[in-house]
Amino acid sequence: MASSIRVRATSNGDITEVQALIQHPMDSGFVKDAKGEIIPPHFIQVLTFEYDGKPVFVADWGGGVSKDPYVKFAFKGGKKGDDLKVSWVDNKGATDTATAKIQ
Amino acid sequence: MSITTSEFSGARRLVLKGAGVAALIGLGVIPFDVPQALAAANDKYPEEAFKQKNEADAIKALYGKTAEPSDKVKMDAPEIAENGAVVPISATTTLADVTSISFLVSENPISLIASYKIPAGTLPSVANRIKMAKTSNVTVIVEAGGKLYSAQKEIKVTVGGCGG
Repeated sequence: MASSIRVRATSNGDITEVQALIQHPMDSGFVKDAKGEIIPPHFIQVLTFEYDGKPVFVADWGGGVSKDPYVKFAFKGGKKGDDLKVSWVDNKGATDTATAKIQ
Repeated sequence: MSITTSEFSGARRLVLKGAGVAALIGLGVIPFDVPQALAAANDKYPEEAFKQKNEADAIKALYGKTAEPSDKVKMDAPEIAENGAVVPISATTTLADVTSISFLVSENPISLIASYKIPAGTLPSVANRIKMAKTSNVTVIVEAGGKLYSAQKEIKVTVGGCGG
């Protein structure tokens, strides 16, 4: 299965800027489908970015984050060619992980 | 893939629990359960905060204190969102020692949208995309040096993103 995570990390020497786009329905549990039935909640709860074995950014999300969520942040340090690990877990216990090389 | 993740969070929880226990033993007495409460607050998904309908309740559940407005918290958001399902919002601050940044929409069925932990070395600046049910105030909370600071802006929504 193709990864649900697309991540781009670029370093300018001092700071690494990270942009991530994840494929996920992010159903809030408040929306009804065409038949008028509630679509049950299904959203990512925790998204973690790790560099050098330490978390550099942790997102706690609710169902109010848009479908196919996007997030952008930056951290000090991070060398070109090093790995940045991204992982998420949703409210149904599903997970995915990806590793990106810092460019 | 999934195994790595759960092993990681499991290990992290163990380390935190261990730290709490070590602190208790180290002190020789049974103090308030502050270390464990702190460990929990730092590590666990804030389930309760994400259940609160009301903005003030969500902030209280998440942080246990109230925020004061600050012009050092900057929010970049549109005046009018044509599509409430995808509203791009970013926040940044000049405050020092930032430990977390949270986004809340007061008129949404669940007020808290997202809460980001900012470890030391990570810049206090986040961009994301949120859903808005209707025209509402959007609040950004910045936790810096143990205190809460906020910025608020009304965003008009022409087509809601949460309704049925």
